[in-house]
Amino acid sequence: MPQDIKGRIFNIQRFSIHDGPGIRTIVFFKGCFMRCAWCCNPESQSREIETIIERGKPKTVGRDVSVADIMPEILADLPYYRRSGGGVTLSGGEVLCQADFARELLIACKQAGLHTAIESASSAKFEEIEKLLPYLDLYLMDIKHIDSAKHKEYTGVSNERILENARKIAQSGVELIIRTPVIPGFNDTPEEIKAISHFAKSLTGVREHHLLPYHRLGMDKYEGLGRNYSLKEIEPPSKERMEYLLSVAETSGLICKIGG
Amino acid sequence: MPEIESARGKLVTESYKQTEALPIIRRRSSAFAHILRNIPIVIRDGELVVGSATIAPRGCQVFPEYSYEWLLGELDTVSTRPADPFYISEKTKSELREIFPWWKGKTTSDLARANMAPEAYEAFTEHSIFTPGNYFYNGIGHVCVDYGKVMKIGYRGIIAEAEGALSRLEVSDGDYASRSNFLYAVIESCEAVIEYARRYSALARDMASRETNPQRKRELEIISRNCARVPEFGATSFYEACQTFWFIQLLLQVESSGHSISPGRFDQYMYPYFKKDIDEGKITYEQAQELLDCLWVKLNDINKVRDAASADGFAGYGMFQNLIVGGQDIHGMDATNDLSYMCLEASMHVPLPQPSISIRVWNGSPEPLLLKAAALTRLGTGLPAYYNDEIIIPSIMARGLTLEDARDYCIIGCVEPQKAGKTDGWHDAAFFNMCRPMELAFSNGYDKGKKIGPDTGDVADMRSFEEFYEAYKAQQSYMIKLLVNANNAIDMAHAVRCPLPFQSCMVEDCIGRGKSLQEGGAIYNFTGPQGFGIANNTDGLVAIKKLVFEEKRFTLVELREALKANFGYGVKGASAEKLTIEIATELARQGLNVTEDAIHTIYDEVTNQTSLSEAQRTRYKEIKRLIEEEAPKYGNDIYEVDMFARDVANSYTREVEKYKNARGGIFQAGLYPVSANVPLGASTSATPDGRLAYTPLADGIGPASGRDVKGPTATANSVARLEQGVASNGTLLNQKFHPSALAGMGGLSKFVALIRSYFDQKGMHVQFNVVTKETLIDAQNNPEKYKTLVVRVAGYSALFTTLSRSLQDDIINRTEQGW
Repeated sequence: MPQDIKGRIFNIQRFSIHDGPGIRTIVFFKGCFMRCAWCCNPESQSREIETIIERGKPKTVGRDVSVADIMPEILADLPYYRRSGGGVTLSGGEVLCQADFARELLIACKQAGLHTAIESASSAKFEEIEKLLPYLDLYLMDIKHIDSAKHKEYTGVSNERILENARKIAQSGVELIIRTPVIPGFNDTPEEIKAISHFAKSLTGVREHHLLPYHRLGMDKYEGLGRNYSLKEIEPPSKERMEYLLSVAETSGLICKIGG
Repeated sequence: MPEIESARGKLVTESYKQTEALPIIRRRSSAFAHILRNIPIVIRDGELVVGSATIAPRGCQVFPEYSYEWLLGELDTVSTRPADPFYISEKTKSELREIFPWWKGKTTSDLARANMAPEAYEAFTEHSIFTPGNYFYNGIGHVCVDYGKVMKIGYRGIIAEAEGALSRLEVSDGDYASRSNFLYAVIESCEAVIEYARRYSALARDMASRETNPQRKRELEIISRNCARVPEFGATSFYEACQTFWFIQLLLQVESSGHSISPGRFDQYMYPYFKKDIDEGKITYEQAQELLDCLWVKLNDINKVRDAASADGFAGYGMFQNLIVGGQDIHGMDATNDLSYMCLEASMHVPLPQPSISIRVWNGSPEPLLLKAAALTRLGTGLPAYYNDEIIIPSIMARGLTLEDARDYCIIGCVEPQKAGKTDGWHDAAFFNMCRPMELAFSNGYDKGKKIGPDTGDVADMRSFEEFYEAYKAQQSYMIKLLVNANNAIDMAHAVRCPLPFQSCMVEDCIGRGKSLQEGGAIYNFTGPQGFGIANNTDGLVAIKKLVFEEKRFTLVELREALKANFGYGVKGASAEKLTIEIATELARQGLNVTEDAIHTIYDEVTNQTSLSEAQRTRYKEIKRLIEEEAPKYGNDIYEVDMFARDVANSYTREVEKYKNARGGIFQAGLYPVSANVPLGASTSATPDGRLAYTPLADGIGPASGRDVKGPTATANSVARLEQGVASNGTLLNQKFHPSALAGMGGLSKFVALIRSYFDQKGMHVQFNVVTKETLIDAQNNPEKYKTLVVRVAGYSALFTTLSRSLQDDIINRTEQGW
């Protein structure tokens, strides 16, 4: 694979502390298979370069970069990774939409001695996932719902391949953590959370399940993109509700926690 | 509201009137003794550690020997001013009006002015290039004495030392008079302190005899016993050590009005007493913690009234009593002990501004101590401040400290390192506004119509960036000379008019040399004036280099005109009034008849810039936009820009260190503004970084507000590229955090890792403002006060006040939930 392969990303966020161990830099890939109504990064969904209105000013979202272009920024925080046990997390969008670029980037990170992680909904073909597994220390995988019809209704894709991929990733031996965004009206009943947590428990080697409370912090971005935010009426779950759901998830026997 | 009391002012005046025939050092000890014998004393309800300078809690005394005119002028407004108001009774006012006139011509301030070169005095008073106002008007303070020694041998022991030194003098010695007078003054001061403690012992005994609550009665009896023993003799228990500490801390601030009297390495010198009591079962951890908590409250009982302008700069009744825990011992081993943790715990129990608690961090610092400190940070009081042994130790060794002394450093006031008990650091000697020489580079040395700087040429003739940069440096170097003159003039005034025998007896080698700290009695002598405005100057110079010389988007002359016109935005509010007065005064000075109409015209011009054409206005605004959007900014981990900032910082620090002070020591620069970046910003015109006139300058060595957009690691990387070690009088980096970044044990340990990583890169100091829920709600209701408050929003940072109300509510809720 040539080193000058280009990827399309929309942000590099340093000092990220909720997406894998330690202090991390997140590379956000542009383009996604899914269209989750609650997505807090709506500018990540389209593969196209877009314009977003931010604080009244237009801003271009998306740029094409080579691995060499972005490694200096990733390496700038090396002292922080070293002290905190942190590293790099690839996120999106969906990383697997650009698996070849992701692979080159992960190789470069491993060569630099960095801890690597990916955040993915994993609805791609497994052969795309397989390209990355040798260079990953941690796989953060979203499982949003066990019911395929409901999954499709809210995200635009069904979940069979996702659940199948989860089994294969688990069997590959990479450290796998299952994460679930808790969205009121979609998956916030105890039965739904319990089903996900018990599925996660059935995966070889999985020890942790994280519940990520729904938030509206990306709401203004919909407006900036000239799009409608369909969940305006939904309130974030209360602390009590989250703690209740946490206790439900814990019945699976996994280490469960709120937040990443 | 705290209250001003007159007792000290009256007593010092009474004493001075009776001692005119004595040498100054004896007049000082006589006055100190007279004060301690007669000042009203009080034991407050429930106190376990006693001693108060004022009857009213958190009150303050006055010190007319330093200066009084400002207070005389502000007697009727001091209770209603916006920053740090003090209540003052009509009785106190009339008493002060009676004593103040006697001091005319006799103060340190009067002598300092007489000592100062006229051009230095003008640069300070008329042109606000720098301000040494703190020591011009007040005592020096900024010292950490040898508390441990007093705990060990008591003032009786120090008297014996002074007597020993006296006995070794020969009456035929050339300096017999000055040395013996100093030693007699030390003895008189120490005797006065012993007598003062006995007054408290008697008062406690008296109160105990009338006390009906048996528990309080018992407490008062112990207080009486403590004060009968210490600080005359060495402490025999942790409780006595606490009482000894407090008498020292309090009386240093009765002898002189200098602030930043810093307890220093409290966890070290208190530990032997704590350990002995714990080992012998004489005290429990809970009891010891309660005593610490009591001391923490007492540290807030001391107060100081400053003039209105200084109060703006030190807003918050700051006393800057810096107490530091952790770090290395003199052998280079980790010094952390139980008291280190308990001091942090006390700051959690007592959420008051004092003490300014600090922590020393090095590679061997135990993680639990740093996690405890991080948990304190999370409370949102801005404490503790973190200091890096790994850079501070070599940095002060380069100023002549021995390895052992350097390892034993503490912090004075805000951020200034020194070896306790051996140093007169004169830290905080002045604020130097680095943006003002930049203005002078544009004006060829003119300010307010007057030539005050050297000839550096007309910017119209400058053909290269280097020419302009050199002009700035030349202006700055000249102003540093004036700064040095001003500092030394003040320094000598204190030596002549306010030597401090009590303070001096606890600093080596004053007794040995037979002279006070103010006359150069300390082992280490420094003068530390601090510069600020690095970020503004860096961003401005980078913009000039790129946009003027490389891309030729506008000329230096255009920029000069744009700056004069405040980029076409006019000037509003109080700044407009101030500017109008300045212009009118200048015109009057030139002999013009300034009518009321003319003043209206000037005001109109200042606010609306009626004389500017629309084209000019548009062009100036365009220049501001180009600077803001097309020039890279300091604080974003851009190597070239950061190295520029390093050079700008060095242009100050490397210049300052060339000079010597009046006590046989050297100048060493600091890089921090306390909060002077706001009031001194208010006297600074528009700057070439696009900053509008009279707005605040950048804080500390950090980026200009709101210009760092890459997060805390990028900011820290940028700041670490400055040569901080040369700023051995201290540097300051403020970082703001949303509490979600410190949530849970995971959040705390990542936070600690962030500090350690900044320190790995030779950062010297960092402190954190964690935004509380209350702050965010206040920002929602008063957005104009929080224009630069940044919060992290799903992948990007946003200005809080620009977000929609519902989104703001969400963020406030997250603050509360701590996710």
